[in-house]
Amino acid sequence: MIKLNGIEKVYQTEKIETLALYDINLEVERGEFLSVMGPSGCGKSTLLNIMGLLDEPTKGKVFIDGESTVSFKDRKRANVRNRKIGFIFQSYHLINDLSVVDNVELPLIYRTMSSAKRRKRALEALEKVGLSARTKHFPSQLSGGQRQRVAIARAIVGGPEILLADEPTGNLDSVMGGEILDILNKLVKESNTTIVMVTHDDSIAHQSDRIIRLFDGSQVN
Amino acid sequence: MLKNYFKTAIKVLWRHKLFTFISLFGISFTLLILIVIASFVDHTFGPVTPEKKLDRTLSVTMSILRSKSGGMAAGPLFSPYFLKRYVKSLKTPELVSLSSFHNPIITYKNNRKFNFALKFVDGEFWQILDFEFIEGRGFSTEDVEMRNPVAVISRETRDKYFEGESALGKTIEADGQNFRVIGIVENVSLLRIMPYSDIWVPLTYTKDDLNKICIMGGFPGWYAMILARDKSDLPIIQREFNKHLQEVEFPEGRWVSVNTGANTYAEAITRSLFRQEGDTKSPLLIFIFVLMFLFMLLPTVNLVNINISRILERSSEIGVRKAFGASSMTLIWQFITENVIITLIGGAISLFLAILVLMVINDSGMIPHLHLTLNYRVFMVSLVICLCFGLLSGVYPAYKMSRLNPVDALRGGQQ
Repeated sequence: MIKLNGIEKVYQTEKIETLALYDINLEVERGEFLSVMGPSGCGKSTLLNIMGLLDEPTKGKVFIDGESTVSFKDRKRANVRNRKIGFIFQSYHLINDLSVVDNVELPLIYRTMSSAKRRKRALEALEKVGLSARTKHFPSQLSGGQRQRVAIARAIVGGPEILLADEPTGNLDSVMGGEILDILNKLVKESNTTIVMVTHDDSIAHQSDRIIRLFDGSQVN
Repeated sequence: MLKNYFKTAIKVLWRHKLFTFISLFGISFTLLILIVIASFVDHTFGPVTPEKKLDRTLSVTMSILRSKSGGMAAGPLFSPYFLKRYVKSLKTPELVSLSSFHNPIITYKNNRKFNFALKFVDGEFWQILDFEFIEGRGFSTEDVEMRNPVAVISRETRDKYFEGESALGKTIEADGQNFRVIGIVENVSLLRIMPYSDIWVPLTYTKDDLNKICIMGGFPGWYAMILARDKSDLPIIQREFNKHLQEVEFPEGRWVSVNTGANTYAEAITRSLFRQEGDTKSPLLIFIFVLMFLFMLLPTVNLVNINISRILERSSEIGVRKAFGASSMTLIWQFITENVIITLIGGAISLFLAILVLMVINDSGMIPHLHLTLNYRVFMVSLVICLCFGLLSGVYPAYKMSRLNPVDALRGGQQ
């Protein structure tokens, strides 16, 4: 589903060069739940951003569904993100000006779809995460756990094959974190979704199918 | 998609009330001034009563005369002789009218002093122009040739001189002569130089010698209006007139060349303002548009700055939108649409304010009989100005926003 070949990422400023990732080779199968672990600053989020085509590697290739993304232009990358990938961020990144249901509809407005159909699918996604009663609320009116559920609903509304979750339970207490993880596990089982989750919590990572560890930008296992 | 942009734009505007107020104030004020200018331009150059046939009317008004010694005279200089010989003789037009510009006169009645504008015109004048007659009629070519002492007066002249009573058949004194009033017309704005006056009398009553053989006439000058049968005839008429100009004789001996043309009113004004020779194809309008553009530039730059300052605040949203499938081009369109929406809201406010401002200007009496309006032409120009303003101030910020790397945008715009 996702294949990384010799990925390297260097951040360059005027004075210094920082090697964020070095020679990462990784393959994630369809329907696999993979955890990426490592200490802060080891390059976990950078790796996730490269997998999700939000960032470009300095060196190496990313394959999605067997297709190299090296030559993808802005529009094509946007289209792949829209159709195949869903993101869940640690700090939710909901748009405060939009209601819960409008936030969830967001990926669908970049597709050719009637507003009625968009609304229907957004409501279905919210039902899946148990937030049917909060559709007209605004993010500021929700708890952290509820916001993350909205973020999950937004990530799954377009039916992506890949979910990339960057510390989805990082801002939540253990009970809320557990609930979020249950939802993710259910998605893997029911929809055969591929999930790559960044976490630094061993107990959460051990609920996934496989764990890889990064240290100073390199894969250590 | 558009509905979504609109929804987001309204919500963003509502959330950032101070920013919205500053933006709307700047936009509305700028557009208000531009709409008032547009209304002035329309009132001065547009096809309004009595100049409804402007699309097939030309005039010979301004000229530049050059002397042997290299001297120059410019303005409405032509004598009645010149206009009769070289303009009245044109074969292509439907009608040619010869008139003076308005003269300021003082007249008395019952020991009361009146200041009026007096114009000497021919019979064709009333056929080319579509005056709104309240009572009576204009005078005919025969009235002019027979030197019948008849006059047409404006509504305001009637109200002042005859104290609002019916004036038809009564006598009015103008320029030391008595005239019988045969028509009363609606007031004409001073900005419409061709038809403007308070009293119109036959040109045969002028103290100028209509038959004196000379190029240059006396104050306040004479002009000719040319009505084409069809607007497609205008270039033919212009060519015919230019041919006549090649045969001009200079009886005074002082002048050696003349530069003039059968022009539209805007072109004639350009010729006068810029002392322009040769082709005068609408440079005045270009000049006005350049002025308007420059006037728009400062608030546009200001709005661009305000918009850019919003980038960091909305960068997280940009990151999210990019992450979920928005391409750079989609975001450019979103932000331009948002900007056009705020500009249109500003435009609506400025239209409302413009109505009030135009009422104040009209009622102030600064310019006699000024009647500035927001007609469909002004409205369309205003709409175009709004859209230009929205696009100008939105494109660069939108482009800058769309170029943000999604990861940096999600971090809050930090590179």
